[in-house]
Amino acid sequence: MADYPKELKYTKEHEWVKIDGANATVGITDFAQQALGDIVYVELPKIGDAVEKGKTFGTVESVKSVSDMYAPISGKVAAVNAELIAAPEKINSDPHGSWLIRLQLKDAAEAADLLTADAYEKFVAEEGEQH
Amino acid sequence: MSTTAEAAIALRKTALNRVHRQMGAKMVDFGGWEMPIEYPSSPCGPGGLMKEHLAVRTAAGVFDVSHMGDIRVSGTQALAAAQHISMNDASRLAIGQAHYSAMLYPEGTFVDDVIVHRLGESDYLLVINAGTREKDWDWVRDNVRKFACKPHDLSDEFTQLAVQGPRAADVLRKLTDADVSSVRNYGFTHGSVCGLKSVLIARTGYTGEDGFEIYVPSDQATSERVWSDVLEAGREFGILPCGLGARNTLRLEAKMALYGHEISESINVWEAGLERYCKMEKGDFIGRASLEKLKASGLKRTLVGLEARERGIPRDGYPVQDETGKDIGYVTSGSYAPYLKKNIALAYVPPEFSAVGSVVCAAVRGQRVKCEVVPTPFYRRPKKI
Repeated sequence: MADYPKELKYTKEHEWVKIDGANATVGITDFAQQALGDIVYVELPKIGDAVEKGKTFGTVESVKSVSDMYAPISGKVAAVNAELIAAPEKINSDPHGSWLIRLQLKDAAEAADLLTADAYEKFVAEEGEQH
Repeated sequence: MSTTAEAAIALRKTALNRVHRQMGAKMVDFGGWEMPIEYPSSPCGPGGLMKEHLAVRTAAGVFDVSHMGDIRVSGTQALAAAQHISMNDASRLAIGQAHYSAMLYPEGTFVDDVIVHRLGESDYLLVINAGTREKDWDWVRDNVRKFACKPHDLSDEFTQLAVQGPRAADVLRKLTDADVSSVRNYGFTHGSVCGLKSVLIARTGYTGEDGFEIYVPSDQATSERVWSDVLEAGREFGILPCGLGARNTLRLEAKMALYGHEISESINVWEAGLERYCKMEKGDFIGRASLEKLKASGLKRTLVGLEARERGIPRDGYPVQDETGKDIGYVTSGSYAPYLKKNIALAYVPPEFSAVGSVVCAAVRGQRVKCEVVPTPFYRRPKKI
């Protein structure tokens, strides 16, 4: 069973967010990487791009599928994890340690909509039951 | 990341469905069948598409391919019937030999591709695809009617397992009294397997690797026992249970056609580059007249292998464009290739773009990814020493 760190927040689209004042770090969850399988490609935005909550900010591809990633919160891209371009499989081995982008938040209040680890775990358990 | 919920429809299941679930397989709908796509963590060890693919290239893997269909055609005119409905020359088959062939529409396009086995003097077994089983059965039944022979749909009688990889023969040897070493590529024999008498053991597969396909009775108890015996026998060689995900990337590296992708009812034999298996000189067969005409009129498109030269994975259905951005064709199958560690694709393009070294672009969700036409198959297994 996956371990969802308490210090992270989550979305129903299976991204995790670490809020740090006016900044946020974003990745995809363990549930997401398991559902995708072996990840072989990531497409990330450019530094300076604006991303909007709920809109796609990049894609992640496993051998067999392509998935959009949705911004959990709005902001400006301050950094991208270029290491994952060369080694996307790190997302599989360490999903909650493999950050994708860092954002300078537009409105920190948006974070109120994010799920806690407990709420997210409950959500994925329910999703799992449907399969 | 988004996940799509699929509507619950009644999917067909193989006799090994319960075992796949027990082994933690991710199950998907494949042509109306609920099949394992990968086994992320089976009792045999960590799996997943990539590891399963590599196991088949370097050791061994076992696939449940019981969804494939089997049609037996027997009777005094079985050969004439086989010659009529299939494009390869079945008269060249000795008993105990099989070959790749296809059934064609009168237009010279594909009903399905098929492995034809000559079981006896006037006795043939056609192994067909899962997604086209009903259509193929109707086609065979209707088109062999004028011959003195009888078609039998044996699809539900067999659990079909594909044991594939350089160690496949070592695995089989532990399970059978048949002399597997003497069975040549595309040959077959009958022998006892896991105590079952007279099991069809064919040196065939869909991975580009050495391997065997065995056909055992489809009752659940027998099927489960054989599956677990194969895994047990293969353990010392590093066998993994493999899903349809690895099956697809393995066959793509080996440039083996997939129905609905490289071949279909709107693609003809010349376009698909399967002339090796189409014997025009053998006499008449369904599709021959059209193929004759198509040959004279020249190719409008041809199947090529592409290797991405920029970041991005060309995938099934993506447009192929020339340097000016004009659509010139499309990708039939494309993926990251786990063994070759490259992004590769098969695509239809006009002949003027088909020379090895030609540069085209795949339109990958709005981005143009430069690709080079490369020799195929992308992967060819090393010759035995």
